[in-house]
Amino acid sequence: MNNTVLTCHQLCRYYPVRDSLFGRHKTIKAVDGVSFDLSAGRTLAVVGESGCGKSTLARLITMIEPPTTGRFSLGGADGVKSMRRQVQLVFQDAYGSLNPRKKVGSILEEPLVINTRMHRAERRDEAITMLTKVGLRPEHYSRYPHMFSGGQRQRIAVARALMLRPKIVVADEPVSALDISIQAQILNLLMALQDEFDLAYLFISHDLSVVERICDEVMVMYLGRAVEQGAKQIVFQRPAHPYTQALLTSTPFVDPGRRAQRVLLRGEPPSPMNVPHGCAFHQRCPIAEERCHRERPELRDVAGRLVACHLV
Amino acid sequence: MSIAADHIDTDAAALPNPLVEFWRYFRQNYGAVLGSAIVVIITLIAVLADVIAPHSPNEQYRDALLMPPAWLDGGTWRFVLGTDDIGRDILSRIIYGARVSLSIGFLVVTLALVVGIALGLVAGFSRGALDILVMRSMDVMLALPSLLLAIVIVAILGPSLINAALAVVVVQLPHFARLTRAAVLTERAKDYVVASRVSGAGLLRLMFITVLPNCMAPVIVQGTLGFSTAVLDLAALGFLGLGAQPPTPEWGTMLSNALQFIQRAWWVVTFPGLAILSVVLGFNLMGDGLRDALDPKLKR
Repeated sequence: MNNTVLTCHQLCRYYPVRDSLFGRHKTIKAVDGVSFDLSAGRTLAVVGESGCGKSTLARLITMIEPPTTGRFSLGGADGVKSMRRQVQLVFQDAYGSLNPRKKVGSILEEPLVINTRMHRAERRDEAITMLTKVGLRPEHYSRYPHMFSGGQRQRIAVARALMLRPKIVVADEPVSALDISIQAQILNLLMALQDEFDLAYLFISHDLSVVERICDEVMVMYLGRAVEQGAKQIVFQRPAHPYTQALLTSTPFVDPGRRAQRVLLRGEPPSPMNVPHGCAFHQRCPIAEERCHRERPELRDVAGRLVACHLV
Repeated sequence: MSIAADHIDTDAAALPNPLVEFWRYFRQNYGAVLGSAIVVIITLIAVLADVIAPHSPNEQYRDALLMPPAWLDGGTWRFVLGTDDIGRDILSRIIYGARVSLSIGFLVVTLALVVGIALGLVAGFSRGALDILVMRSMDVMLALPSLLLAIVIVAILGPSLINAALAVVVVQLPHFARLTRAAVLTERAKDYVVASRVSGAGLLRLMFITVLPNCMAPVIVQGTLGFSTAVLDLAALGFLGLGAQPPTPEWGTMLSNALQFIQRAWWVVTFPGLAILSVVLGFNLMGDGLRDALDPKLKR
């Protein structure tokens, strides 16, 4: 089953900034050479600290911003308009992503109004069908977003993302603003919908317990670059990159048997304006050696997954 | 009483109508309700002027020059608020004047609103050279004293009621443009706008369907407050002889025509002045109440 719906090749997004009025122009490399494939029905999780470029990656894939260099292709679709229909986005802040002046019905129907020639009645049927699919009731059709709870709002946002029957849903921290119990409900909903519509998810999160539950593959990002990517079982059970190891041991577990010796990192992630020479991680890396200061490691295959480190 | 209140509360909960919620906040503000009442009454007077005015506004009664109001010595109930220097009934002129003031005020606010919103939307969405051009020219207009600017415009166009109205539109325009742009900038960055873009919404749809309705609350408030400023500015221009020309029954023009009789016959200036005062007060109170009811930050 090799049904690739999204192929990204060396995606980069740089932002020019000036640190003062007469200062030099600098460049923030928010995403710096990310490549991956995504197949229908699979979930790729992108994890990393704040500022590692996860959300920028989401903005590139959903075509909110163009990549500076690199390209990506969506299985078969060409032209921005048809590509747009293939990729939809679910936001972290469900309330902010729903227009407060519109009823749920017209929020759900907006993608259809823009992209299809359906009649009013057809659109209404579609919207109500989708409402029931995400676990809401048809009478919610004519209510306003402020009348719903956080979890229900996220369900509406998911329903909107699916109205055009996209192949890919980019979920940018979709559950991190929700209560733990609601998180589980939304994750279950996302997984059920994935089976039903054969969706590919690009799931962005910093919560590793959520990621472990939902994803098939993981990509760990650090300062705009992937440091380790591969199947979930391999990355979670035998993390190779020192950053991945530190990240995984930072997740708290209730079961003492699963608690590992914590790998503590020194310092803060460097500013993306000022990425260190060589391996971006070498200043905080517990095993860094002289070579890491000089040479930037590229991704290479190590025991079934890709790792960007000289020392594994 | 408490049953009635409960009934309204459950109704509001069942009906997801923002208007109901708005009215609940609005009626708690007695000033605002009073202001709206004044506005409604004056609007009714203006609409029904033909029916309720006792005389024609331009009819000159030669036998009743500078007649005092009815309740003073020498007054008659034929001219309730007295007559002016050429024997016209002041009450009738004030009633017809309401028609002039309100319709011109409405015209001014509508024009300023439409043009100002359009400029603000364009500036807020374009960012860059067009934004700078629009907003800096608005700043230049704001830097001039408003009445002075209006006088200059009327001096160029020539004195008439319509030209005075256009001058007031120009004076009010920057307020609407700035307010709209500021609201657009805050709304534009929100996720729901991004969501619309991801759905494929074009620029016009984003502007008018997605963003604009969320920017309207402050603009509506400014519109109401702008109405009172427009009435006041038009009266001022009329007073200076640059607005409505005699014999149009306009309040500012009535004041200026009667100025020389202020020592002898106080009523010729007092009643038009009170009319201006009450309209301005009514719209200001209503505008304040609207702001309190529409601004979520001021909600309890």
